[in-house]
Amino acid sequence: MKVTMTVNGQERSAEVEPRMLLVHYLRGPLGLTGTHIGCDTTSCGACTVLLDGTPVKSCTMFAVQAEGREITTVEGLAAAGSLHPIQEGFKEEHGLQCGFCTPGMLLASKALLEENPDPSEEEIRWALSGNLCRCTGYQNIVNAVQWTARKLQSDTAPTGASQ
Amino acid sequence: MYPASFDYVVPATLEEALETLGRYEDDAKVLAGGQSLIPLMKLRLAAPRVLVDINRLSGLDTLAEENGGLRIGALVRTKTCERSELLGGRWGTLGAAAPLISDPIIRNLGTVCGSLAHADPQGDWGSALLAMDAEVVARSPDGTRTIPLGELFQGPFVTSLEPTEIITEVRVPDPGPTAGGTYLKLERKVGDFATVGVAVHLSMDDGRVGRAGIALTAVGPTNLRATAAEEALAGSELTDAVIREAGRLAAEAAQPYSDTRGTAAYKRTVVRVFTERGLRAAAEAVGARPAGEAGQGGHAAAGPVTTEAALEETDRQDYFSGEETIAGVLDELEDKPGGPDGGER
Repeated sequence: MKVTMTVNGQERSAEVEPRMLLVHYLRGPLGLTGTHIGCDTTSCGACTVLLDGTPVKSCTMFAVQAEGREITTVEGLAAAGSLHPIQEGFKEEHGLQCGFCTPGMLLASKALLEENPDPSEEEIRWALSGNLCRCTGYQNIVNAVQWTARKLQSDTAPTGASQ
Repeated sequence: MYPASFDYVVPATLEEALETLGRYEDDAKVLAGGQSLIPLMKLRLAAPRVLVDINRLSGLDTLAEENGGLRIGALVRTKTCERSELLGGRWGTLGAAAPLISDPIIRNLGTVCGSLAHADPQGDWGSALLAMDAEVVARSPDGTRTIPLGELFQGPFVTSLEPTEIITEVRVPDPGPTAGGTYLKLERKVGDFATVGVAVHLSMDDGRVGRAGIALTAVGPTNLRATAAEEALAGSELTDAVIREAGRLAAEAAQPYSDTRGTAAYKRTVVRVFTERGLRAAAEAVGARPAGEAGQGGHAAAGPVTTEAALEETDRQDYFSGEETIAGVLDELEDKPGGPDGGER
């Protein structure tokens, strides 16, 4: 059946079988292989994408369910050649080693910061608890999210405000 | 992993959804959050011929009090419950359970009613709502009926729903003005199924327990009510002795298996400890702090419980009683169908 959705700001449309998982649709027909398939059992969060801004595991959703919805993948983060602040944060704080979990971590972190611009370490760890990393032990990932939170806050702080 | 092929139907109205179910009966499944159903389909443990996606239906996302009771519609996500300020106080059992269910990303899609329809004995919503005497509203082409949760759960992943019925909402009756509770869950890590979960609810009546609800997760073929413990609590003051006795009775009601998450004896002990701890937290929540509690802090914390913390509070002499030798555990495992993991998750 035909499915049409907006992926990273672009309308995409294709004939798919209803049983095609969203992650297979993104990686196959759309060629967006930044979304990784990790455990394939709804556990690891490597396949996390944003559905209308909310993190979901794209291995546990059918492509047809995204009809008319807006999907953001890791490819949609950087705009006009410059990294998204959350990507910068992971780079600055070395929030990855092998990088396999990183796309999911980035998207879950982005959604967290949109909802809670100044999360505590506890809140960051809680929000990312559906995303598994087997390299870093999470400390640098938490640091990266905190770095990004600080950057976003200083970017949006009113200029000329009295100190 | 690829699920078997199916037809995908997106009904515009509940009537259309029911009509589709009526046409396919056993061959159709309702898709709401999909966070249990889709993994089952990927593993080919489920292969419905038709999926009826109810996500676009309107009017099924109510989470509200009504006439003193609570209504949770079929499309209310666990995340909505987690964030709802409504689910404190009298509904504290539900508010405590929500953030402990699976992981934050799965909670974005998973639904309360879907969890009930899935009837996993390791499901957390089942116990939290069982302790609160909830019932589901089931619609079919023939009409509407309500099913108390105790009758809904028939066995592991088996409910009394007809194939043509949809749970449109779960209703929790008015717990009265002075009520509260909590949910305690032991899990190996975030997102894991419960090793043991205990839901505790108290409705108070003039300083005494009017009605107590205690329900157990992952220690039986369904979410279980600890009926004897509930009865022992009703009409009582929440003294230490009463709480200890309720813990003992709840542990007796448990029917745990030994598996990779722990031995049966260990799980039974956790039921006792959690029941006591949950009752103390609930007593505090309703302002009926049990006598003799002064200087015994640290019992009231509701929230994620680590294995380490649980062990800390578990009577070690009980766990390592000497009766549970390795040979004894192995003997017990022999008797369980499906091997050490009990044949189910």
